[in-house]
This record gives sequence, structure tokens and C-alpha cells, in this order.
Amino acid sequence: MTHLPFITAAYALGVGAPAVLALLSWRRLKLAQKRLAVIDPRMSR
Amino acid sequence: MTWPGLILLAIGIGWGLFFSPADWQQGDSVRIMYIHVPSAWLASAGYVGLAICSLSSLVWRHPLADLAAAEIGPVGAAFTAICLATGSLWGKPMWGAWWVWDARLTSMLVLFFLYLGHTALMQAFDDPVRGARAAAILALVGVINLPIIKFSVQWWNTLHQGNTITLTGAPGMHIDMLWPLLVCTVGFTFAFGAIVLARTRAAVMERRIRGLLMAQAERA
Repeated sequence: MTHLPFITAAYALGVGAPAVLALLSWRRLKLAQKRLAVIDPRMSR
Repeated sequence: MTWPGLILLAIGIGWGLFFSPADWQQGDSVRIMYIHVPSAWLASAGYVGLAICSLSSLVWRHPLADLAAAEIGPVGAAFTAICLATGSLWGKPMWGAWWVWDARLTSMLVLFFLYLGHTALMQAFDDPVRGARAAAILALVGVINLPIIKFSVQWWNTLHQGNTITLTGAPGMHIDMLWPLLVCTVGFTFAFGAIVLARTRAAVMERRIRGLLMAQAERA
């Protein structure tokens, strides 16, 4: 494969950055759900 | 939206990396296109979403519009950064330069700064409503950059290639390259949507948590 270092870097960035963003978003959502369940009476029903 | 996006991305990336043909001129570096083009499309489409949310916020005072705009901003900035970086990684072996002050590249850089400016303005005021209003105005002014990005390759003599895919004409690339590109584009679009939706849901919950805690504090 020609230009392999450039292709590897592009795919690492193009897949890695959205994956990190998705993981951080998912963690933030789970944390918010957990915190809300503790203080919101509607969530514990 | 998450699982279809992941499946389409896995298929599209695998297809683009290992099964699509190399270009006769660019060699295998053409495979960078399967990341670069979807991220460029999402950078612009994300900004359209941001502008629609800003308009809804300013005109109709929709309660979700500010929250959604605040969450689209960083995700759009990330995809614009991916577009710029992958373009640079393609430009070095093809043009011999990481960066040129070409109209398309420069207008994409302006888009990146608009996203950053929007995110910064959102957090620049003690009163979040004023911050959201200022950011919404910036987002609407920045819409002028979208046609500049789109038509920059026609209006100016650019090093960046012209439009390969148009709504009216036949695509300027082989079908064996077009299909993986379309699959990657749909997959990245689903991923973008899933990330923004997760962030917006979290923001709604965080706002509710703040409201409940303040109500508790007032009662105490």
C-alpha cells in the first residue's frame, strides 16, 4: 500500500476522535441519568 | 441510530481500506477520502443544524434549541478538525504541502473558528440566556460561509479539486469508489446524530438536576 503512514494517521484520527467523543457523551449521559435518579422522585417510580 | 451507524461505519471503512481500488494517479492515498469527505459533509451539515437551532432560539424561543445548539457546536468543531487534518494528511503526499491558503481550505478553517467562537460565546456570559443569544447571532452571521465553502472551487482557481459528486450530474468517480464513500458518509452521519442526541439528552437531564437542586436549596 502506498502512502501508508498518511493513510494510517488519517484513519486513526477519523475513527479515534469520533469514538472518544461518543464514549465521553455516553459516560456523561449515564452520569446524568444516575444523578437524576437520586434526586428526582419521578425517576424512582 | 448508534448500532446502524457502527455497522455502516465498519462496513464502509473496511470496504474503503481493503476492497476499493487504488486511484491510478493518487495511489492508495485516495483511501483518505473515505474519512475526509464524510467529515467535510458533516462539518457543513452540522453547521446548518446549528443555524436552525439558533434561528429557533432567537425567533421562537424554543426551550431545547439553545441546548441542542450548545451540543452541536463541539461535535461540529471536532468533525471540521478531522476534515482539516485528513485533508492535510492527503495534501502532503499529493501536493507536497501540509497546507495551502486555498479558498476551500481557508473557508473550512473559518468554519472551524466559527464553531469554536460559538462554543466560547455560549460560556462567556454569567447569564446563560445572554450567552446563548450572542452565540445564536454569531451562528446566523456565519451561515454566509456555507455557500462560500460550497462554491469556492467554482468561484476561485483553487488547488482543491472541484465537486466530484453533484445533484444533477453523473458522479466523477468510479462506482467501486462511490459505494464505500456513500456507506461511510451515512455511517458517519448516524454517528454524528447519535453523539449529538446523547449529549443533548444529558444536557436536558443536567438542567433538570440544577433546577431540582435549586428548588431543594430554596425549601431548606
